[in-house]
Amino acid sequence: MMNIIVRRRLTKIRGYRRPDGRVGFRNHVLLLPTVACSSSVTQKICGSVPGTVTLPIDSGCGLLAQDIKLFADTVVNLAGNPNVGAILVVGLGCEAITAEQAAARIEKFGRPVRYLDIQKAGGTLKAVEQGINLAQRLVKEAATLKPEPASVADLVVGLKCGGSCPASGLTANTALGVAVYKIVDEGGSAIIGEVVECIGAEKAMAQKAASGSVGKEILQTVKRFEDHVRMYGADLSTGEPNQGNREAGLTTLEEKSLGCMRKIGSRPIVAVVGYGQIPTVKGPILMDSPSYDAPSITGMVAGGCQIIVFTTGLGTPFGIAIVPVIKVISNTPAYERMKDNTDINAGTILEGKETIAEVGERIYRMILEVASGRKPKAEELGENLCQVWRRTVVL
Amino acid sequence: MESRVSAVVISEQDSVATATRNIKAGEKITVKVGDKETELLIKNDIKFLHKFALKNIKRGEKVLKYGMVIGEATKDIFPGEHVHTQNMRSLRS
Repeated sequence: MMNIIVRRRLTKIRGYRRPDGRVGFRNHVLLLPTVACSSSVTQKICGSVPGTVTLPIDSGCGLLAQDIKLFADTVVNLAGNPNVGAILVVGLGCEAITAEQAAARIEKFGRPVRYLDIQKAGGTLKAVEQGINLAQRLVKEAATLKPEPASVADLVVGLKCGGSCPASGLTANTALGVAVYKIVDEGGSAIIGEVVECIGAEKAMAQKAASGSVGKEILQTVKRFEDHVRMYGADLSTGEPNQGNREAGLTTLEEKSLGCMRKIGSRPIVAVVGYGQIPTVKGPILMDSPSYDAPSITGMVAGGCQIIVFTTGLGTPFGIAIVPVIKVISNTPAYERMKDNTDINAGTILEGKETIAEVGERIYRMILEVASGRKPKAEELGENLCQVWRRTVVL
Repeated sequence: MESRVSAVVISEQDSVATATRNIKAGEKITVKVGDKETELLIKNDIKFLHKFALKNIKRGEKVLKYGMVIGEATKDIFPGEHVHTQNMRSLRS
């Protein structure tokens, strides 16, 4: 009898190898505002120069020292995301981190960087004119870079859920965990955030962490978040699961939170990183970040994620210009309603049409296809949100 | 349309399964735990996405889902019984 070996067809992924050793799966020319005041100028430049993208920055001024540092570090790391091939920094001139200061710091990533100030340029129109010139040259420069063979080990995937339903833990999140397990076992990384969602699952996560010190960091990070919120008179450890979730079958806080953390798969967390910081190790990583979609994903993109996988029970348009966002929905009725915004339906698990492993495999394949250039719905639609987290107040 | 599966069990260590359809008390269902299929008599009506016990869970014993502790039993729970706030609580205070 003949043995027939069925060989799985592996998607070859190609990426842009950056001077800092990381690999991008897009090669965007980013027009980066350093303050909300310059974001309309970057939008005008973006509209005139094909091949550029911008991020709608809504902060950068009126911040306390702690938040100025967080903002500056995050925008610099956003520019350094491996999916970015060249950067034009546009400032107003008097903000917390000026375009010149940001550009000087962005240079460490080894990619072409230019900058301009609206006040030095002499107003909006002159700044737009100068910006168009600079951006056109950057587009030409970036186009000279060609993608090279890359591997799953080069991937850093950001994991997020939002608008969850009681089936999320069972379907979308667990299936995503299967995909992440495969990526991590092939040497890649995944970043999970949403510290609030860890409450109730933190002990289990800490016990399973790669080392005692990482476990301790997980517990400390969650406690710090809870304490911070308590300052405002709110208690995050009570009230969940809320009545709707309880009626739908979720019994305890542990069950709700463990369902959320299913996304990171079953390998131990190897490191905890600060908001928007770039991990120095590979594997499953926890980022100290909020649950709210825009600031949470902005932190992951600054941390170097080249692809985001977003699970949802209700559906959401969320996207960010420099990183493709793949949507996985947890139930079929929501999938039918939100097809425009959704890439994968994990609700098939509840209908017995697919197993968790099969949906996990589909997510894994799609991550590789997106790395190879396939556009998920959010990227196709040009969705673009970005918000740097603020821990204190706006002055 | 009735689904082919009645419930999902995530980990072989789990003491509860999650219903993927509304199950009536008295129904005999098949649950797949790992690679093994087991038959189970359902004791109460179990609503879609609610949990039922796969084995005896003694009062004070930890309840496992996702292979992890999601709480503890506040009463003795028998196989096929609905597991929810009436017989289980959070360990986090």
